[in-house]
Amino acid sequence: MRIEARTEISKPMIYAAPIVAVVLTMLAGIVLFEIMGHDPFQALHTFFVAPVSSLDGLAELGVKGTPLILIAVGLSFGFRANVWNIGAEGQLTIGGLAGGALALAFYDVDSPFLLPGMLVVAALGGMAWAAIPAFLKTRFNANEILTSLMLTYVGLLVLSMLIHGPMKDPDGMNFPESRLFHDAALLPHMIEGTRLHIGFLIAIAVVATAWIVLGRHIIGFQIRVLGMAPRAASFAGFSHNKIVWLSFMVAGAAAGVAGILEIAGPLGQVVPVISPGYGFTAIIVAFVGRLHPVGIFFAGLVMALSYLGGENAQIEMNMPNAVTGVFQGMLLFFLLGCDVLIKYRLRLT
Amino acid sequence: MDLTDVLVSAALTIITAATPLAFAALGELVVEKAGVLNLGVEGMMIVGAVMAFATGVTTESAVLAIIVGALSGALISVVFGFLVLIMMSNQVATGLALTIFGLGLSALAGHGFVGKTFAGLPPLNIPFMSEIPIVGPIIFGQDGMVYLSIFMAFAIAWFLTKSRAGLILRAVGESHDAAHAIGYSVIRIRFVAILFGGAMAGLGGSYLSLAYTPLWVENMTAGRGWIALALVVFAAWRPWRALFGAYLFGGISIIQLHIQGVGLSVPSQLLSMLPYLVTIGVLVFISRGSVRQRLSAPGSLGKSFYAAS
Repeated sequence: MRIEARTEISKPMIYAAPIVAVVLTMLAGIVLFEIMGHDPFQALHTFFVAPVSSLDGLAELGVKGTPLILIAVGLSFGFRANVWNIGAEGQLTIGGLAGGALALAFYDVDSPFLLPGMLVVAALGGMAWAAIPAFLKTRFNANEILTSLMLTYVGLLVLSMLIHGPMKDPDGMNFPESRLFHDAALLPHMIEGTRLHIGFLIAIAVVATAWIVLGRHIIGFQIRVLGMAPRAASFAGFSHNKIVWLSFMVAGAAAGVAGILEIAGPLGQVVPVISPGYGFTAIIVAFVGRLHPVGIFFAGLVMALSYLGGENAQIEMNMPNAVTGVFQGMLLFFLLGCDVLIKYRLRLT
Repeated sequence: MDLTDVLVSAALTIITAATPLAFAALGELVVEKAGVLNLGVEGMMIVGAVMAFATGVTTESAVLAIIVGALSGALISVVFGFLVLIMMSNQVATGLALTIFGLGLSALAGHGFVGKTFAGLPPLNIPFMSEIPIVGPIIFGQDGMVYLSIFMAFAIAWFLTKSRAGLILRAVGESHDAAHAIGYSVIRIRFVAILFGGAMAGLGGSYLSLAYTPLWVENMTAGRGWIALALVVFAAWRPWRALFGAYLFGGISIIQLHIQGVGLSVPSQLLSMLPYLVTIGVLVFISRGSVRQRLSAPGSLGKSFYAAS
């Protein structure tokens, strides 16, 4: 058997690869559970079916999916143009902190403008954090993969510093947590009795906007050309620096908003851990969603399920939560492996 | 404790902090010299760390633990090598996947080992030599892994510049098409380089969990794999400079501990940021003369190879 180049990329394979990858991940999951000494089918049920067999579970899918979809859509702009921002986790943290700081500064104020203000400030915070690697890339040509990742560690330390210092609840018995937000700073719920908040609608709006921009606007075209043929892009006069900046600003804003949605949504206060790695998982979501906003929407929900499944398996089967990360890594591996079939075909010899 | 004692203990801690970075950076350097960018160093390190620790705790054999650490690093790099070389997947994305997978897998494997302790690596203590004041404990009182890391820098420098195999590896990294045209097996050479890089990252991880902090904590690599990647750029792909860089960063990560020890009232988080901030600073400093950097980077770095004919 040999791998042979296709003359044209295969459209069906673009859409088939993620589905094949999910199936292969499930199969590998059966092996993994078997090794760990669990009944694989019961484990798969606990992992992927049980969490979403109630209204509450479906609502949780939206809660977990919201940040993943938002961040992944933001990242997809850059990934299409070969701009590798992998520091979304840090941008999420700083954005969330900025928005959270506003909420705490106006702790006593009951105004309908507070929540929109928090969203804007969070987006700006995320953009500011993303501006650092963008600036270092465009001005000094410093590798954005490494700078954005280093800034994630710095961002998490900023959070730790603030939550152990000025943001700490003055009446909180010295626990590293902020005061609980008042209603004016909390996201309204979409379905009463569940945690699904209106952030999910924001994520859907972002998906729709990105679909139009990437598909119909000149900016989307420039991004694609730059990713596929950098030299053609420079002959056409598309500015590389402009695309780098744009990619980082879009991703930073999206990640920042995702951060404040967590804080003003399910968390309700600033805590030492805002996100269980959404910024990194969103990278996988972006690829599984084929860097396409609609694809990312569904990929985000699939990945949200892996979080829910991990939590459920922890409670029901006493499995370590880390199983989630293993599943997510495997899914990306399988997807990248299947992607070979887009540009190449297998020929039996 | 007088000043010399303080300095000696500082030097000793710098060496232990630098050694894991040195292993990982030197391994990645060889991989990149072969034209492959493996961003999964962090994942390979943490898998090496957990496997070495688990072996160390169960068998109480440091040597076995180190070997298992190196082998598991190499083993997990096979996944990367297969995807990148055979399936021609995007190297950046695959490396990221390796890191995410490695972090998850290590947490899963290490679940039962949280809270256990390991005796640490015994120093070699060369008789008489290690009793020389000041110089003795620093130069002759280290554990075997420290000497191994320095030896590896020497060996890799020799291999890349003086050996035939090393020159072939560099040719593959500079222009895989040309190397292929004169009959070298690009895929095979790169695969071996990736395995070597995996083993070295595994060694670095082993040192973390066996010697630097002899216990297992999830995510204990804390970005060291990424710092190792930055060190390769910093070193302009030269082994000796990579080793020097590792010691420089070891020094920086130790400074924070000592400032805290002196009792300056700086928030500890601010000090913990230092290594990351310095990495960024160094990257900027190195990259600003972009022409020179482009000249020293291997020509085919990060590009997939497909033998069209």
